[in-house]
Amino acid sequence: MIDSSRIPKIPAFTLPALIARIGTRLPQWPHSMNLALALNAAKRMGVLHDDTLSEIEGKRFRVTVLDTGMVADFSYRAGAFRPLWNTGGKPDLQFAAPLSAYLQMVSRQEDPDTLFFNRTLSIEGDTELGLRVKNMLDALEWPAMSWQGLKPTFLSRG
Amino acid sequence: MAKPQLVCPAGSLAALKAAVDNGADDVYLGFRNDTNARNFAGLNFDDKAVAEGIRYAHQRGRKVLVAINTYAQAGRFADWTASVDKAAELGVDAVIIADPAVLDYATKTHPQLRRHLSVQASATSYEAINFCRDKFGIQRAVLPRVLTLAQVENVIRHTEVEIEVFGFGSLCVMNEGRCWLSSYATGESPNTVGACSPAKYVQWEKKPSEMDVRLNDILIDRYGNDEKAGYPTICKGRFDVAGETYYAMEEPASLNVLEMLPEIIRIGVAAIKVEGRQRSPTYVAQVTRNLRQAIDAAAAAPGGFAVNPAWMAELGKVAEGSQITLGAYNRPWR
Repeated sequence: MIDSSRIPKIPAFTLPALIARIGTRLPQWPHSMNLALALNAAKRMGVLHDDTLSEIEGKRFRVTVLDTGMVADFSYRAGAFRPLWNTGGKPDLQFAAPLSAYLQMVSRQEDPDTLFFNRTLSIEGDTELGLRVKNMLDALEWPAMSWQGLKPTFLSRG
Repeated sequence: MAKPQLVCPAGSLAALKAAVDNGADDVYLGFRNDTNARNFAGLNFDDKAVAEGIRYAHQRGRKVLVAINTYAQAGRFADWTASVDKAAELGVDAVIIADPAVLDYATKTHPQLRRHLSVQASATSYEAINFCRDKFGIQRAVLPRVLTLAQVENVIRHTEVEIEVFGFGSLCVMNEGRCWLSSYATGESPNTVGACSPAKYVQWEKKPSEMDVRLNDILIDRYGNDEKAGYPTICKGRFDVAGETYYAMEEPASLNVLEMLPEIIRIGVAAIKVEGRQRSPTYVAQVTRNLRQAIDAAAAAPGGFAVNPAWMAELGKVAEGSQITLGAYNRPWR
């Protein structure tokens, strides 16, 4: 489990508008690919449960980071998360929020419902799918990591 | 005066651990079916998770309660008895039951299993609670959120059954165990499928200047871009009534009893419950941590208790609609 007391407190912030203006003009496929790679890594770590994954089979997702202009499109198909190159048509589920909100959620410093109630996070599309994904992410238990434990390994390599 | 137990919600193993780690005395959870009133997609515990949750809690001296708090549907009574059997086999510390038939089954089949009367049983008088004690041997009753604190005190004076009250979390129209508003729009409600406003009927639609939310195509609210949102339930919708649009039944807000804690302890409340099995482990950690500190402070020095503004700030932030209320506890009328 993430020990959030070891992670510095992340304030709510919005990046300068210029970043989003540039970001939206850049190619989006690297974001889709990186996010799919990260999700597949999480799956290999065994933190995503197979029964929930089977329920999102074939669904199309879009994650938008509003203040960086990043848009990642992906789906889960045949046992893996896959970036989507052809983003025509409406995804089944879309998340949109500023970068700080995603960081706060991942580090378990903010509750997704709180961010949704205060309109920082928007979720659109298939509400039941959204709830399923939210609950899957909420149920995640990251393997315990000890930075102290890692240190000697790095030092001994040096 | 005994210090009330802090009873916290868990929709996942991660939330259960967050509750235990942040000071809950009891954690309550539900199985992955409609025998509990938070039967939402991807939420709740399978047998393996319950077993691990019990191990984690018991190692730390805490208790695990299982909510089997919906009413058995005609022809499917066996689903409810199976949940009771499973809870007993897994070794939970208590079951929280609403339906008298399910209570009767638990009493006869598993007499050694501790039984709590759920808020969904809607028992607001000591007569009703004592009846359930005589018939079903209940050891604790969770009071519906309709009583003033003086009425809660009157109940406690007339029963030896432990009394649990809600301390924090979303409120609804408080017709607990009998609400059919969700069924009015969708044909499904907590008592029939274990969920209020089931997600498959909910549609959020973002437009440039507003966001609409519909329940089975019925518009229940429209939020301006700067307005806080709430759960998509009919009781918290804004409706056009005689040409005026407003919250016709209830405002989205969360109950927060921090400022009443010394009184709650003085009248002999046995346990304080936090609502929110549908919320994330982050919410559970935030609410549990703040209530733990507040209850400890109020119990240590009831006369000198002052609400720490930091507790209020954190609890206010996670409240539904970012608003808090004392609910019925301090209403002057009966």
